[in-house]
Order: sequence, then C-alpha cells, then structure tokens
Amino acid sequence: MSENNSHLVIDNTFEPVTYDPQYILMVNNLKKYFPIKGGLIPHTIGYVKAVDGVTFNLKRGTTMGLVGESGCGKTTAGRTILRLSGEKTGGQVLFNGQEVYDLSPKEMRAMRPKMQIIFQDPFSSLSPRLPVGEIIGEAVREHNLVPKAEFDDYIDQIMDDCGLQSFHKDRYPHEFSGGQRQRICIARALALNPEFVVCDEPVSALDVSIQAQIINLLEELQQKHNLTYLFISHDLSVVEHISDTVGVMYLGSLVEYGETEDIFRNPLHPYTKALFSAIPVPDPDFKMKRIVLEGSIPSPANPPKGCKFHTRCANCMDICKVETPQQREIEPGHYVVCHLFDE
Amino acid sequence: MAKKKAEGYLSAKESRRISRENRKITKAFEKKRKRKNVPESEYLTQMHDPKNSVEFDNLHTYFYTDAGTVKAVDGVTFEVPIGKTVGVVGESGCGKSVTSLSLMQLLQRPQGQVTSGEIRLNLGDKAYEVTKTPDEVLQKIRGNVVSMIFQEPMTALNPVFRIGAQIEEVIALHDGSGMNEHQMKARTIELLEMVGIANSEGVYKMFPHELSGGMRQRVVIAMALACNPRVIIADEPTTALDVTIQAQILDLLRNLKDKINSSIMFITHDLGVIAEMADYVVVMYAGRIVEKGTADDIFHHPAHPYTIGLMNSKPVVGKKVDKLYSIPGKVPNPINMPNYCYFKDRCEMCVAPCSGEYPCEVKISDTHFVSCYRYYDAAAIANSTRKEG
Repeated sequence: MSENNSHLVIDNTFEPVTYDPQYILMVNNLKKYFPIKGGLIPHTIGYVKAVDGVTFNLKRGTTMGLVGESGCGKTTAGRTILRLSGEKTGGQVLFNGQEVYDLSPKEMRAMRPKMQIIFQDPFSSLSPRLPVGEIIGEAVREHNLVPKAEFDDYIDQIMDDCGLQSFHKDRYPHEFSGGQRQRICIARALALNPEFVVCDEPVSALDVSIQAQIINLLEELQQKHNLTYLFISHDLSVVEHISDTVGVMYLGSLVEYGETEDIFRNPLHPYTKALFSAIPVPDPDFKMKRIVLEGSIPSPANPPKGCKFHTRCANCMDICKVETPQQREIEPGHYVVCHLFDE
Repeated sequence: MAKKKAEGYLSAKESRRISRENRKITKAFEKKRKRKNVPESEYLTQMHDPKNSVEFDNLHTYFYTDAGTVKAVDGVTFEVPIGKTVGVVGESGCGKSVTSLSLMQLLQRPQGQVTSGEIRLNLGDKAYEVTKTPDEVLQKIRGNVVSMIFQEPMTALNPVFRIGAQIEEVIALHDGSGMNEHQMKARTIELLEMVGIANSEGVYKMFPHELSGGMRQRVVIAMALACNPRVIIADEPTTALDVTIQAQILDLLRNLKDKINSSIMFITHDLGVIAEMADYVVVMYAGRIVEKGTADDIFHHPAHPYTIGLMNSKPVVGKKVDKLYSIPGKVPNPINMPNYCYFKDRCEMCVAPCSGEYPCEVKISDTHFVSCYRYYDAAAIANSTRKEG
C-alpha cells in the first residue's frame, strides 16, 4: 500500500535562504500542488504540479518578467506568491524578509496593501455593480489608509495618475473601453500604495495601440512610486521591453533566469531558444531559423521523469531522462536548469 | 440621425423612431433576399481581373441598430489574387471581421446588411456577385469554395459531437456524393494527418474538450480545408494561442496553401504575424482602408500616419526604446463618424486640408495606395512624370 502511494509523497527538501535586504521578494523552491480527487470514496490520487520548484530574487524597484506557454504555471506562481490560492505546498516566500505564509490572518491583512495584483482580464475582474470610485476606494476605506476627509481627494489623485477623469467616478465598468478598464484595475491596485505589484497579463486582452499606452503608464508609475513588478505575460516582445530580469517557465519550473539582455542576447536553455525563435518579427524580409517544438506540453499531473523538457528537447541526452538537472549560474546572474551546462 | 442631448444619450422616443425606420429599411433588404427562383443571370458577373479570386468593390456593410446606423464597413475596395495571402490589419472594431463575414454572407441579419458595393467571387469558369446570390446557392459555396477558420477554437467546435463527425459533416454536405462511409472516414483521417495531428485515429473519436487549444485550432483548420477551398478566410487564427503553437500553425497554413493553391485572407491585429504570412497588406481604420500595398511597401515604407503609429507602438525584440509610442486619443464613435479624415483627431502629422472631406485614395507606387492628404503632392508629381514618360 505504502509503495503504491509513493507518488503522493511530497518532496519538500530545500535549503532555506537568509534575508538579503536588497531584495524585496525572495522566492525559494516554491511549490504549489493541486490535489486530484478520485476513487469510490473520494481521496487524493495524485497532484497537478502547477508550480514545482521556482526560485528567484527580485530587487526593489525593478521588473521581473515571467514568460512561458499557457498552462506552465505562470499565473499560479504569481498568485501563490501573494498567498491568494490557499496554502503553499513547499518552499519559501520572503517578502521584505518576512515569510508570507507564517503570518496570522490579522498580520496578513496588514501586509495585503503592500502587495497587489492586476488581473488578466479587465472585462471580468471588475464588479459590474459597483461604480468606479467605489471599486478603487473600497480597499482604501477598509484599510483606513487615508482620513475620511481626504478620501475623495485621494481617489481623484489616484485616478488622475492612472489617466482617468474624476467624473468617471460615478460610472460603472460597462461604460468604459478595454483600455480604460485596465486603467481602473491599475488604479485599484495602486490606491493601496503597494510596494510590489503582480501584473498578470495586463495587456494581453488589449489592442496594440492601447497596449502601448498601458505599458507606458505602468513604467511611469513605477518611476513615480518606486514600484516592483512581477510581470507575467506570454508576449515576449512586451516582456523584453518592460523587464529588467526575465524568468522562463516550463511545466511549473523555472528553466532559465537572468538579466533581460543576457536572456534575449544569449538564450541558453533549449526551450528558451525555441520560444524566442517563434516570436514573429514585423519585417517581411526577415527569415529566421525557427526551432519548431514537437508535440505539446506534457500534463503537469504526470510530468516526465528527469528533466521535464526532455520529451521535446532537440539536445536530449541519456542523463536527461533519468536525473533532474540543478540550477546553475553560467554567467553572473544568469541561471539555467539544464544538463547541457553540467561541468 | 437622432439629436443628441448628452453624449450617447437617446430618449426612448427617439430610439423607437430609429428602430421603426430601421425595420422599414431592413425589411426591404430582406424581401429582396428572400425571393425564390432567382435566375442565375442576376448574380452572374465578370471578374475585373481573372487572376483574382475575390474582388471587393466599394463594399458598404451597415448595421441598423436602435442607437443609430453603424457603418462597420464603409467603402472598402481590395482584391485577393489567386494563390496569394492578403493580410488585413487594424484595431478591434475597425471592420476587419465584418468584411470577411460579408464575403461569407454570414452577417447578423436583419440588422446587418450589405447596402451597396460588390463582392465578386471567382469560381473558375464563372464569377458570382456574392451580395446578390440567393441563400440556396450560397450554401453550396460556403465551406466549399470559400471557407473560414474562426477566431476562437474553443467555441468554434460543437462540444457534443465527436471530431470525426464534425469534419465528415462538411465533406458529406459538399463533395460527399458517391462516397461511402469508409471513404469519408479515410478522407477525414487524411485531413487530420495533413494538419499535423499525429494520433489521427484517436483524435477522430475524441470530443473537442479532450484536445488542447493548438490541437483544436488544427481541427478547425482541417474542417476549413475539407473541400479544398479556393479562398480561406483566417479570422485571427492564432490570437488565442501561444507563440510556439502559433509558429506551428503559421507554418502549417503556409504549406497547405501551396499544396492546394488557394488564396488566404488573413485577418489579425498582430503585425509580426502579418509580416510573416502576407504578400499584400490592407490596413483598416474605422471601417475604411487607410493604406494598402505589398508587404514590402507597408513594412518598409509605411505612408499613412496610422500605419506608422501602429508600427511604432509595438515593442520589437532586439530593438530597445525608452518609451513606446502610443497613438493619442481613441477611435471615433462608429455611429457619429466625423465628415473629415477619421484619423485627424489622433494624427500628429495633420496638414491644412485635413479638415476638408475624407481624403480619397492616392497612388504612391503601382502597388501602394494610401488615403491621406500628405501624399496628394507626391501623387501629383508621380502622375505628371508618368504622363511625360
């Protein structure tokens, strides 16, 4: 019986990191598994390994891009860092040196304004029943961030920062266009004066010209309020534009991580190479050598043994099928998880 | 048109009056459409150039809504040559999809109507005027001569039928005569293999929810290609997909196009995809074509301020800019279009004549056309030199 259940044992061994004050966020070997229930008497029969060992550090005032195919766990990683999807399965999340998951509900509530999220779809993340002023101001009032007398002025100020007019306050979300709704989402997150914002695909649902406006807005606000962003997107050109560091995810793990320039100039992991070669370039004369990945992304409930990418990798070796590769620092600040770079 | 109190405000009375008028107009259109036994001579036409497979000629498609008439497509003229790919770019709501739906005659009727203009479809030995063709003839054309790859693979497939049944239905309806069940199945599996599905026998028996997004898009493509269509309309076929899957699908479309020698009308808002796929590019803005030309013309010598703005607002990998260019302002309200150039309020290169009426199309080179006053002089010079020559 116990042998049958071996796949249910969660391996939660990691080396704890110590707090380094230059980093606002330290994520160490973060894991988030979702149980699969089944059987006659429903019990856990397996796990969907949505986030399976993600490690990175984020400096204050910088932007980290998180890229990968859909279903690779980008969004879950973002939400797990903010403690928005229940308990973590393993690992550490240090926000300003404080383990987020050790906080009591009361302490967590006090921490919430510091870390905010901008959701993916501006069409479904705004309550249709609340006027915009209330959407933006609700949390501010709940957390008593500003005195009652200054409340209205404060909301006006935030809306002005985000390119909304103060007369928009009494309108409802359906009266706005996609770009404006995304501005409302940004205003809602910024109203709490956060230090760290997770931007979960904030521009994917928008047209190109609106996209540019929102990206510029995010960059302006970052400089003004010294914000730190975790920018989740599958649009690589946007990520290259906005990020200082980039992490590439595949099937729940970070396969490569480093400075944006290093990653885009010199991608090392075969998956990163394939991903970058697939970016369409707006130049008809540009003929690139495309690395087409065979097959599709394996199920995260039953990831391949060894290196998770070996089933689609062009440079697959024997060791890849057996042994899980470790994260290695190739250049200063440029990490890759691949057996090709074993010494 | 209705008088306005505040912006966008309509009283119930006005709205009723508009809808009454609309009904009158749409009824007339519908009556014309619903006639039985229309002689073929009425919709038979001649292609202006036999090398084209579709010609849009001054197409106007309006939607008669209760808030007023929306001119979704307002005078669109372009051609899709045989064996070539034409890319149609523009923001959402600019009329890209409505143009393609007009060709398929799949508009939301009775509100949506082609009010004037022609769409000529080349059928090889003859040509049809699609807007005048009766429904029963169109049914033989749709899915057979012209087929469409829809935007969202998640919603384009029927969740309660197996993949095989859905593809076979297309074959059975169009060129299934004389085919028995086995032949039809063989053809379906051949199609699934053609679009790069490895486990074609298995997928044949599957339901759509068992497939991933990329696989579903392949099935939708297989369905569109089932009858070797002359024209394929691809309406944002890769927008919902990841870059790696997008690359696979684009490769696939390009190869298949050459294999069955059909034309593709490729609708997207991603300039990178257009550059890769298209031979000719049409840029649309607010229901009109602002610029058209070969891919080379559009990407290397963009002329219209909107095209230039669109190019600059997209971040490009390997090109570092401090601040992205963003086009100021927003698209004008489709119900109350201004009578000057639609782009004037957002344009940073305005010249004096821009406040005049909407600029007509100017020829910059043999293949490159633009609707902008800034090129009137250049065109005049080009014309005079041509006369001298």
